[in-house]
Amino acid sequence: MADTDREDEELFTEPSGTQSQPASLSTEDVSANTNGPNQDALFDDDPEDLFAEATEEVSLDSPERDILLSDGPSPAITPITPPTSVIAPRIGHTHDDMFTHSSFDEIEEEEVDDSFDINISVSDPEKVGDGMNAYMAYKVTTKTSMSLFKQREFSVKRRFSDFLGLHSKLASKYLHVGYIVPPAPEKSIVGMTKVKVGKEDQSSNEFVEKRRSALERYLMRTVKHHILLKDPDVLQFLESSELPRAVSTQALSSAGLLRMVNKAADAVNKMTIKMNESDAWFEEKQQHFESLDVQLRKLHISVESLVCHRKELSVNTAQFAKSAAMLGNSEDHTALSRALSQLAEVEEKMDQLHQDQANADFYLFSELLGDYVRLLAAVKGVFDHRIKTWQKWQDSQILLQKKREAEAKLQFTNKSDKLQQAKDEIKDEIEEMEGRVQQDERDFEQISRTIRKEVGRFEKERVKDFKTSIIKYLESLVLTQQQLIKYWEAFLPEAKAIS
Amino acid sequence: MTSIDESNKEKFRSVSVDLNNDASLLIDIPDALCERDKVKFTVHTKTTLSAFQKPEFSVPRQHEDFIWLHDTLVETEDYAGLIIPPAPPKPDFESPREKMHKLGEGEATMTKEEYTKMKQELEAEYLAVFKKTVQVHEVFLQRLSSHPNLSKDRNFQIFLEYDQDLSVRRKNVKEMFGGFFKIVAKSADEVLISGTKEVDEFFEQEKTFLLDYYSKIKDSTIKAEKMTRSHKNIADDYIHISATLNSLSVDDSTANKKNLQKLSDLFEKLRKVEGRVASDQELKLTELLRYYMRDIQAAKDLLYRRARALADYENSNKALDKARLKSKDIPQAEEHQQQCLQKFDKLSDSGKKELTIFKGRRVVAFRKNLVEMAELEIKHAKNNATLLQGCIELLKSN
Repeated sequence: MADTDREDEELFTEPSGTQSQPASLSTEDVSANTNGPNQDALFDDDPEDLFAEATEEVSLDSPERDILLSDGPSPAITPITPPTSVIAPRIGHTHDDMFTHSSFDEIEEEEVDDSFDINISVSDPEKVGDGMNAYMAYKVTTKTSMSLFKQREFSVKRRFSDFLGLHSKLASKYLHVGYIVPPAPEKSIVGMTKVKVGKEDQSSNEFVEKRRSALERYLMRTVKHHILLKDPDVLQFLESSELPRAVSTQALSSAGLLRMVNKAADAVNKMTIKMNESDAWFEEKQQHFESLDVQLRKLHISVESLVCHRKELSVNTAQFAKSAAMLGNSEDHTALSRALSQLAEVEEKMDQLHQDQANADFYLFSELLGDYVRLLAAVKGVFDHRIKTWQKWQDSQILLQKKREAEAKLQFTNKSDKLQQAKDEIKDEIEEMEGRVQQDERDFEQISRTIRKEVGRFEKERVKDFKTSIIKYLESLVLTQQQLIKYWEAFLPEAKAIS
Repeated sequence: MTSIDESNKEKFRSVSVDLNNDASLLIDIPDALCERDKVKFTVHTKTTLSAFQKPEFSVPRQHEDFIWLHDTLVETEDYAGLIIPPAPPKPDFESPREKMHKLGEGEATMTKEEYTKMKQELEAEYLAVFKKTVQVHEVFLQRLSSHPNLSKDRNFQIFLEYDQDLSVRRKNVKEMFGGFFKIVAKSADEVLISGTKEVDEFFEQEKTFLLDYYSKIKDSTIKAEKMTRSHKNIADDYIHISATLNSLSVDDSTANKKNLQKLSDLFEKLRKVEGRVASDQELKLTELLRYYMRDIQAAKDLLYRRARALADYENSNKALDKARLKSKDIPQAEEHQQQCLQKFDKLSDSGKKELTIFKGRRVVAFRKNLVEMAELEIKHAKNNATLLQGCIELLKSN
């Protein structure tokens, strides 16, 4: 079959399609955590071409792998992942039903309807090692009744770079085909240095807690995505007791520098690609997300300011409490002296109340907004990938056109001895290009479809997420007010007792 | 003209209790006008006393006129044994003015509604400063009118009645140097008062108490002020949060639109409550502490004067001994010594009375304000809780 021939060819040709863009087609800008360009380039062409026709075939493999294969490169097949790690394909672990690509949509719906019962907690931060090589190890506990997992409850120890490594793998696999991969928490050289140096003080404790909470939210968001949940890297991350170090996630490594360069290159490219948008939906959604981004950033800043002022209030209240206590001691009228001391006690309790409220302001409101600002960047990235995919298709079409023109030219040449050979060559090339153009068009349509679904899922999730968090936040505010009432009601008789 | 109606005044007239009850002399400041930096108070008097020309009259007065009156009273020998009510502080609009300036600079970064709300907040703050200054000037006059001795002071009557500009009277050369001398004298007095050996148990206790209490209450005033400022900052943050939520709601086309709007409304209401918490705390706590800090300074001044009288008496004793030794000018020395002793005794007597009344007044004022503050805090917290719970119900039901 001509198809099969083409497959074999594709398998071993240089990924020329990627030359027109920076090698990091699948590099996601947000967290800059991918593992370098070369592997990504392989991702692009190899599996795509390998399974281009697989979209019509019936797969005998597990449904999860099928979904992965038809939409993008799969880690289970190609050893693309970082050299130091080995991904164990989940072959034979799940049921062996047959699924066709045409029922891909049905599969997706089914996954969503299946009971999503999984809860992940990140806890028990523990410092391992000393000095600049020290790091924090976190316990990741998964509780689930889903058949995807071997056990119902299990824990593993992970460090921050493991999380980054996981994100990096997921980003390189899924972002360029249109899936919104939740970004990992941000690195903080300053924060970590304090911890490493061993400062056992409040600010480093706060840093660790902030990070722990962020890691937990990151994992929960990742597994809430029904595709990502089934990814072998995710499963391995949650289940396996040993995980190879993801070294190339370090900010100051050569891989890190390469990421920065790619990031810059991408930014330049984004500016130069102008797409003829035939689908108003995409333009509308892009504008919507841009406006949402602006508003969320603004809100985030205001809430950060609130957190800051609430903390100030707590500090000022504590200082006033001490001052009032001293005043009470100094007061020579007995009843008034007692009342002032009681006032000091009330204010001290309020100081703690304000401190707790500041934490609620931060974790339930501020961090939620921060997470979504980062998530929106991932969404934007996915839209950008679509544009790149479109560009690739356009480039292929142009190339095809050029080759056709070259062919036409050959018709009018008189050099007869090499002519037939040249004609054959160009005919082959044209065939190849036609295939490529078709493939690129399919990719473009696929990514467009995926993005539509993803955006729908994302928006639903976003609304739910906000509602849940905001309700929790408001409930924290209610609690504070109720406590305030209690404290002041206890104080009132004391004040009335002054005579 | 900015008018302050009676109901509002009731709220403010709380640092000193039981003032302005004597119908024979009723004073209030019904009106005040703010012109750039200067505030013009309208002092209104209603009296049945024959010492005044008319039963009811009003005069315009400036802050400097109050200071003149205060200083004149302080310098009157006859009143050395009395606690002179503390002079009202100068009207200070610096804080709201600075904030208004910053707001103007940041206008471009806000939505129109946000800017309007911030401006409203600042105007309210401006008004609050204004009301406070009126109140504190009013209380000063009312303290005077409630005092059996001071209410009869001639200068006080001139202040209330004289319908010409007082600044002619105020132009006293001494006034220009007066301030400097006062400061120097004061620090000398501090040394004097702490150094003098006290024979009287009562005054010994009072001295120790007042010196210590003053520094503590000064510190508490500063800390209370910081607390109030933090509350105000939080109220401001709520404005911004409410405005952004509103923008999000406007842009939203999903079912979430209503939720965002409700949330925006909630934060708008919350910030109003938070603003009230801040201003109530300021009035009932910060202003209370600030007023009594000044009052205690006035009590300390009384102790200084008494200490000076004591020093004079001791010096006159020494002078008498010297005169006796030299057998020269004995009658004058004796007389001088007698005068000093009389003065000192008079000061001690009236001082004792004043300080006892002062403690009573302080305790009553503290009680009233602390009770009111606790009640207001409870009211605001209940209000907040109701608003929040209402919103939670609405969000959950959607």
